[in-house]
Amino acid sequence: MSEKEIKNLEEIFEQKIARDEKIEPKDWMPEKYRQTHIRQISQHAHSEIVGMLPEGNWITRAPSLRRKVALLAKVQDEAGHGLYLYSACETLGISREELYDQLHTGKAKYSSIFNYPTITWADIGAIGWLVDGAAIINQVPLCSTSYGPYARAMVRVCKEESFHQRQGYEIMMTLAKGTPEQKEMAQDALNRWWWPSLMMLGPTDAESVHTEQSMKWKLKRKTNDELRQQFIDQTVPQADLIGLTIPDADLKWNEETGHYDFGEIDWDEFWQVVKGHGPCNHERMSARVKAWEKGEWVRDAAMAYAKKKEDKKLKKAI
Amino acid sequence: MKNNWPLWEVFVRSKNGLEHRHFGSLHAADAEMALENARDVYTRRNEGVSIWVVESKHITASNPENSGELFEPAQDKVYRHPTFYTLPDEVKHM
Amino acid sequence: MKNENLIQYICGVADNALILGQRLSELCGHGPNLETDIALTNMALDLLGQTRSYYQYAAQLSDEDKTEDDIAFLRVERQYKNVLLVEQPNTHFGYVITRQFFYDVFHLLLLQELQNSKDETLSAIAKKAIKEVSYHQRFSSDWIKRLGDGTEESHQKVQEAVNDLWKFTDELFHTTEDDTLAIDLGVGVNVVTLKEKYYQRIGEVLEEATLTIPEIKWFQKGGKQGVHSEHMGYLLADLQYMQRTYPNMKW
Repeated sequence: MSEKEIKNLEEIFEQKIARDEKIEPKDWMPEKYRQTHIRQISQHAHSEIVGMLPEGNWITRAPSLRRKVALLAKVQDEAGHGLYLYSACETLGISREELYDQLHTGKAKYSSIFNYPTITWADIGAIGWLVDGAAIINQVPLCSTSYGPYARAMVRVCKEESFHQRQGYEIMMTLAKGTPEQKEMAQDALNRWWWPSLMMLGPTDAESVHTEQSMKWKLKRKTNDELRQQFIDQTVPQADLIGLTIPDADLKWNEETGHYDFGEIDWDEFWQVVKGHGPCNHERMSARVKAWEKGEWVRDAAMAYAKKKEDKKLKKAI
Repeated sequence: MKNNWPLWEVFVRSKNGLEHRHFGSLHAADAEMALENARDVYTRRNEGVSIWVVESKHITASNPENSGELFEPAQDKVYRHPTFYTLPDEVKHM
Repeated sequence: MKNENLIQYICGVADNALILGQRLSELCGHGPNLETDIALTNMALDLLGQTRSYYQYAAQLSDEDKTEDDIAFLRVERQYKNVLLVEQPNTHFGYVITRQFFYDVFHLLLLQELQNSKDETLSAIAKKAIKEVSYHQRFSSDWIKRLGDGTEESHQKVQEAVNDLWKFTDELFHTTEDDTLAIDLGVGVNVVTLKEKYYQRIGEVLEEATLTIPEIKWFQKGGKQGVHSEHMGYLLADLQYMQRTYPNMKW
């Protein structure tokens, strides 16, 4: 194809997206669109399955049977969401194994919030309430993103995720109205998860490299700062309601803007965690690699067995 | 790489009377496993009464480059639609 | 039948589901791939769901003001009546599947009888659980075959698990005093009558999986009397951690 022809195709492509038409796997797409989508969707998928680990840490120790089954079902959903998203990514011509390889070798990123440890039961509440809350704000707009398989996966994810945040908030609420010890546990978890949750919505607009292109392709509908503001505005009253205090001395309602003003985010910490210096980066990755490597003989066995059965069937047919 | 479980497409009938609809895909070593995995992955919330699975490589798909010749000729065959025909106002439904 | 005996009988059945569910839930997030991870968690959820139904019923029968969680979390080790088989650790996937298979075959036979119990609640729980456990048995039998007749490595690994876990199968058919009382009243299941069918079914699947039954003549027992393996204390330490550290709180 000549450069001019490509340019022409690109123009038609961009117009299609501007008209809110969907792009499907076999449609022509610019290479950059494909690459950007592989990167974003796989990053999203990786976040789901790495995100299973901090919460999985408390399944065996959940304080009641009701909490145990709810947490199990939630973490299982995350495996499901990872699976939907890897499948969407595979329609772009890359295999799940290749994507795993990118994760395991550190080439691909995942949400860095999962590099923080879950050290008390209240952390499970905080993750559901704050981390899933921030995730939902990120994810809902993606239900109408331009790439069909991604949008469809997100519809399913959002539908299933609706119980996750409630589950977390209910845990926090129960603790907040429990004994002083429980309330302290809840407040401590909020103190530790609040700032990382704000960071989860991405670097500030001034620092964000992908925003403009992503807006055009509807991978993003609002900027990181807008999403962060939305998250803060919706979460502060929820904290008030259960009597917990947001750990930000500068947090204040601003009558003029109709939003909360908030304090400075420690972006140094954010970038350090992204670069691999979070408290659990190493643990998370080695848990993933270990599960994958220890599962190899199992996956091989299933393939060998399937082949033997197929061969037997063929022999019978002859 | 050769030992990776192949990709399967999953179709689920949500209730009798409805058609099977494409729900998504998954990996499985064989057809039985694909069915079991589909049950565990796609019907956890009571979404289905029947499942079809087919290995993705067995699906033949039309090519979007040919969509002009495949689909556009149908666009102007308006006489295939009821609105093409005029009815007296007195006849409300037909 | 005194309520206390019935409660003991129920715990004898339910503790197996709790402990196996707990073992399976350790694997969530660490399966050989996503599909299998999700499938194992589904079984854990089924078992914990059954556990809750049994314990809720037991709590209701109790004279004291008890909840399902008191029964699940606040007994001492000697009071848990699960068989040794279900508390065995997740050494590797071969062990997970073999433990599951050895238990599923028994579990299904048990439930098929328990649904005829004169106790309506137990009968209803069993009827619901049969559907879940039929699927478990199908899943674990299929995997026994895949591993047994898969690669050389998988064959050797699952055979190792079969050899190791075989000694725990006989205990499934032991009868305690509480069992006897329940059986006499038509409430409980006489597990002895399930033994022949059990080993027949196990034998068939193992044979198809090209696995051999180990020649073990001495079987382990004790779980049903609350005398557990050394693994049990650690399992309970996890399970009970919150309730023990923060007593008398609502979660």
